[in-house]
Amino acid sequence: MTPPAISSTEFKPAPPPDTVHKAIIFDNVSIGFEDLTVLDGVSFELNRGETKVILGVAGAGKSIMLKMCLGLVKPDSGHIYVLGHDVTTMKEDELFDLRSKVGIIFQESALFDSLTVRDNVAFRLKEEKHPEAEVEARVREALRFVELEPAIDKFPSQLSGGMRRRVGIARAIITHPEALLYDSPTGGLDPITSTTIVELIMKQRDVAKTSALLVSHRLQDGFMLATHYYDPATSSMKPVDGKPMHDVRTSFMVLREGKVIFSGTGVELGAVDDPYIREYIS
Amino acid sequence: MELTSPFQFAKRSVLVVQDYAYLSLRSVTNVFSHPRYVADAIQQADLIGVGSLPIVILTGMFTGMVLALNSANTLERFGSLSLTGQLVSISMVRELGPVLTSLMVAGRNSSGMASELGSMKVTEQIDAMRALGTDPYKKLVTPRVISTVFMMFFLTILSDLVGLAGGYLISYLLLGIDTFQYWNTAYQSLTYNDVITGLLKPLFFGFIISTIGCYYGMTTKGGTQGVGRSTTQAVVASSVLILAVDVVLTQLMLSLK
Repeated sequence: MTPPAISSTEFKPAPPPDTVHKAIIFDNVSIGFEDLTVLDGVSFELNRGETKVILGVAGAGKSIMLKMCLGLVKPDSGHIYVLGHDVTTMKEDELFDLRSKVGIIFQESALFDSLTVRDNVAFRLKEEKHPEAEVEARVREALRFVELEPAIDKFPSQLSGGMRRRVGIARAIITHPEALLYDSPTGGLDPITSTTIVELIMKQRDVAKTSALLVSHRLQDGFMLATHYYDPATSSMKPVDGKPMHDVRTSFMVLREGKVIFSGTGVELGAVDDPYIREYIS
Repeated sequence: MELTSPFQFAKRSVLVVQDYAYLSLRSVTNVFSHPRYVADAIQQADLIGVGSLPIVILTGMFTGMVLALNSANTLERFGSLSLTGQLVSISMVRELGPVLTSLMVAGRNSSGMASELGSMKVTEQIDAMRALGTDPYKKLVTPRVISTVFMMFFLTILSDLVGLAGGYLISYLLLGIDTFQYWNTAYQSLTYNDVITGLLKPLFFGFIISTIGCYYGMTTKGGTQGVGRSTTQAVVASSVLILAVDVVLTQLMLSLK
């Protein structure tokens, strides 16, 4: 039996992903390990210049999402578009170029413990064979951004947890990436150091206008990002006063058991009725 | 303890062989593509080669000495004590020099590579390297493989020489064998096949030591306990593989004689 013909009005091919306005697109992405499903058909979009805070309990599949953005882990199904490139179909060699446009801050910093802070931050520039003087200047600039220039000759083992995260941020931003991926940047830190890290993320968002995915299980980090802006004049964060110039472009997404159960603004998150989310944010 | 089904075990074993073959292939093909990490290779050559000198010299020396003692004990019964140099030389150059040097270097460096790369793996430094646009196979694996193969060649030559010298010391001081007689029989008994066999083996063994060490390091899982496990497995696997490949290479070279 011949299948019924599809008329031109019925058949609508999927529109191509909007890679001009979107920095990252997850299109029905699933991944599992052995018998465990980690992400199950996750779809979302990150606009250019936007910061999306991904919330969820430990094991919800948040960190793996960031690794998939860089092609460090391949999904079982679905597509991930990063800065216009489908990372799910790219080979490792092709991904190296793309990765220079995306910075990542790992959960435990992942600094090279045998290299000094200077060499850690300069790693990518040295690999790209930039002149020594330029490398030094840019390393110092990045370290000044995270207020850690005096620690330039120290080894990671000589730094505190918060300082290591800041070096991780400096290493990620030294190439002025178009997108940044933060993997629990305040995890395991005390409240004061956490605030310092959030302020740096805010500074990067508001000064460099970088698109960012921020994975966290600390709701207060997300709300601080959504309710404050960085004021370069006073070098500090201030509460949003409703002026358009202080649009913080920060949204939220909540993951539960590998699925997106909420996506929206901070105000919408606060007003949601879902009992799980209410318990999570309370 | 969790029981594994034979199917799962077979599947896992094939996967291990596949991953190891991939790493080995990449370690070689990377030599022909940019970027090349020459400075890293020189640093590794220093760590592996110069760092292994004391154990290689000591192992070679004592092996040569004990060979001379045991050979003389047997040869004396047949009135052929003068052939001690010949036995020490053939044994050292064909077999014991390459194998014992490789086993010592495996114990020192295969474990070192597995623990170093394993620590980097569990602390996400390997992922960080990939995220920073650097291929860890090119930056970490290939320099180690190249420098191990290169240095094993020279370490084996050194071990052979020191072993012969050790045998000479025993022969001259304890057995009363004439200096000229010892060195003359040692030199005259060696054929090209012996020398080529003795110099070919360390190249294969160096490749095994480095690729096994790197493989276990790059596939480490399970935190610090996993690093310890990888280190042990690397030494065991490389030692067993060296001895197994030695049998094959020896038979192959003997058939070409």
